[in-house]
Formats: sequence, structure tokens, C-alpha cells
Amino acid sequence: MKIHRYLRNVSTLRFYPEKCTGCGRCVEVCPHRLFQIENGRAQLGDRDLCMECGACARNCPFSAIAVRPGVGCAWAIMISELRGGREVASS
Amino acid sequence: MNERNQRPIDISCCFEGCCGSPFSDQPSKTKQKYVSENNWVSTHLKTVVGPVPVVSTRLTWRDKLGMVAVRLGIRRMSYAIRPGLYAVGHPGRNSYIFVSANYKLSFDLLRKHLTGLNAWVLVLDTAGINVWCAAGKGTFGTEEIVRRIRKTQLFRIVPQGTLILPQLSAPGVAAHEVSRLTGFKVVYGPVRAVDIKRFLQNGLKASEEMRRVRFNLVDRLILVPVELVFLLKYLLYATVILLILRALGMNLFHWRTIYPYLGAIVTGSIIVPALLPWIPGRAFSWKGWLLGLIWATGVNISQGLLFSDGVKAAANFLLLPALAAFLAMNFTGSSTYTSLSGVVKEMKIAVPAIILSAVLGIFLSIIG
Repeated sequence: MKIHRYLRNVSTLRFYPEKCTGCGRCVEVCPHRLFQIENGRAQLGDRDLCMECGACARNCPFSAIAVRPGVGCAWAIMISELRGGREVASS
Repeated sequence: MNERNQRPIDISCCFEGCCGSPFSDQPSKTKQKYVSENNWVSTHLKTVVGPVPVVSTRLTWRDKLGMVAVRLGIRRMSYAIRPGLYAVGHPGRNSYIFVSANYKLSFDLLRKHLTGLNAWVLVLDTAGINVWCAAGKGTFGTEEIVRRIRKTQLFRIVPQGTLILPQLSAPGVAAHEVSRLTGFKVVYGPVRAVDIKRFLQNGLKASEEMRRVRFNLVDRLILVPVELVFLLKYLLYATVILLILRALGMNLFHWRTIYPYLGAIVTGSIIVPALLPWIPGRAFSWKGWLLGLIWATGVNISQGLLFSDGVKAAANFLLLPALAAFLAMNFTGSSTYTSLSGVVKEMKIAVPAIILSAVLGIFLSIIG
């Protein structure tokens, strides 16, 4: 099966392995299979596959993962901008 | 509430094809109407907290018709069912609790795949929006699960319960928080309801494939009708403008002047989604622009403009790919793999380029 790939080096996903206990929640929830447990700790795979849905960060009981969650939808971004929404591209 | 505040920008929905009109993303304060239960609730189960409706696991022609209609974008935003507790078969104190959204399409897909099982189904109030989008908004979230469990007194029916959440609800739910607040065990089920039985047989373990979100040809094409219905509205506006222009003596109502644009629309909203992984490049607008350029070349050749009328040909080269690029860019919201950061980056280049190209193209069309 062909895996879809979007832009490189854009994801805000951050992983702090020193906080990880290897509980495996991130492995369970990631819809693009970025995490694996190896030697009792999560290992982060190809970050370019991340869609920033935020599932891993929200479900990590140890705050070992951070990401700015959002929906990759051009239409919603345009509407938000037109309405004078906050700066989308900050951070 | 804080779930919502954590979201960095007030983007609470994707394309209109997903979570509802971007022009009305505030859940309406008016009371939501629910689809009648008579069709799929036959009987009630007596429990310590009162009767619980037992739902059929067989979809009737009416359910299927509703499914087709919402796929076409008809009444999609009012396809909600009453939130609360439901039963499948004869569940008891040790049965699993499946959690679902109150979008009837999500609920129908779930119950269809629970045939032969005894289970509870806890339907959350997601304002009639599907699991993934509702999770993104936070309406399918920790708070609502906890509130719904308290409201239905589920802990009295299933004291040591296990909640099975759809995997795609995870962006909105902190499983460990739900456990802490309710005492229930929480596991994430597979992405697709079709895998639920295998998931149960494997002892609540999902395989890699069950956990992976796909976006194959069928997944992509199923979204096209909604996009087209959405576009239809704009095509009607365009027709009205053309009619006004004709009344003013500018008759653009020739097939020759219209089909290039229809073709660009089809390119951006159908051909790009269909051929998505095979079109070179990564940005959606780029993919749309590329195919739009091919289309514009075809139009210019077939209309013999390439060497006879440079201004008109240039106008086509500027307008048609820009239109296709714009529509293709809007498909990002329907895709299952674009990130917010990525789309923002793409738009920083694409939006000014599309506007510039369109303005120049319109200018050339007028002087041509």
C-alpha cells in the first residue's frame, strides 16, 4: 500500500524520551503509526508522517509528547483568517 | 472548556465536507432534533437505572438511504441521534461498553458490526458530528464522556466496566483522565468498526493495520459527491453572474467559454483527489496547478489559441491552473494526512500565487 506523504519538516511534534515510561498509549492511538515500543520505551519514527492530530500528546500520562494540534484544512484556515482569527502561523 | 482553549487557533472544523459549515461552527443554541428511533429500537432492556433501548444491528433500507443522502451532503448536519445509553443483544454487568458519536452514520456503522454480541453502546453528544472531527473539536472528549457516564449512571449497571473508544476519538480524549475520573478501564478500539470482532477475538488487541488510517481510492472518491454539492452552490452564483452579464450585452454563454472552467473544476475537485498519490509533488495546490496546466494546454490547443491569440491563451494559462490549484488545496481538509503546520506552509505560497495568477488572468481576459 502506498503511504501518502505531505510536506517535510513541518510537524510541531516533540518527544521527550527521558519522560517516557513505555506505557504504549501513543502506539495505540497514532493513526499514522509513528511510535513503537523498543527496550521499554517509545521510539519516534518518521516525523514527516505526523498530521498533528494531537492524540499522542493528549493521551500521554507523563507529558513526554508535545504537539500543537490542529486540522490541516485550507478552507478552515482561510475562513479563520477572513474572520480576523488569531495568527495561524505563529510558533 | 479548557479543551477548547488549548486549541491554538479557532479552527474548529475542516472542509464543509467534514464537520459542518465553517460559517456556523458554533454549535447552535437551538434544540437539536434527533432522528426517530422507531426504525431501529425494537424493545427495551430492564436495568437498575430503568429501561435501556435495545438497538437492531441490521441496517434497514431507510438507514442505507440516509447513509447515501449524507454522503451526497443532504441533511448531513441534522443526522443526529439522541445521546445516551443503548444496548445490543442482552448485555450484563461484565459486557463491554462501546462509545460512539451521535452522528447517525457513525452509530450505524458501529451497531452494524456488533451483530451477535452483547454490549452496551454509550452515545455521546457530539452535536451530530462524526468521531474524528468531534474529537478534533473536543466535543468527543474527556469531559463529555465523564458527564455522559454520570448522567446515564452507567457505573451502577456495569460497576467494573471497560470502555472501548474508537481510536480516532483519541485527539479529544485523555484515556488516563477518563479512567481516573470514572474508574472504568479505557481501551482504544480499531480505527474501523469492521475490525471490532477481530479486535475482541484478539483479546482487545488491534493489529497495526487496524490502527492505521488509510486514504485509498475508494476513501477519496466517496468524498467527491459532497465536494461537488458544495461547489454546486458556487456554480449557481456563477450562472447568475453570467446571466446578468448577458442582460448587459456581454454574452459569455457559449459552451466554448464555459467548458474550460468546468474542466478546471473537475480537475481540481475530482481528478486530483482520485490521482492524489500518483501526481508528482506534495503540496495539494501544486498537484492541482500541474493538472490544471495540462488541462489549460489542452484547451488552448483544441481551441487553436496557442499561436493565433496569445492574450487569450495566456489568460487560460493563468486562470485555469489557478482555479484547479485552489480547489485541490481545499481537498487538504478532506484528506487524512495533512497537518495544520503543513497546510499553513503550503498556503503561504499558494494563496498569493493563486490570487496573482487569477487577477492577471482576468485582466488579460478583459483586454482580450
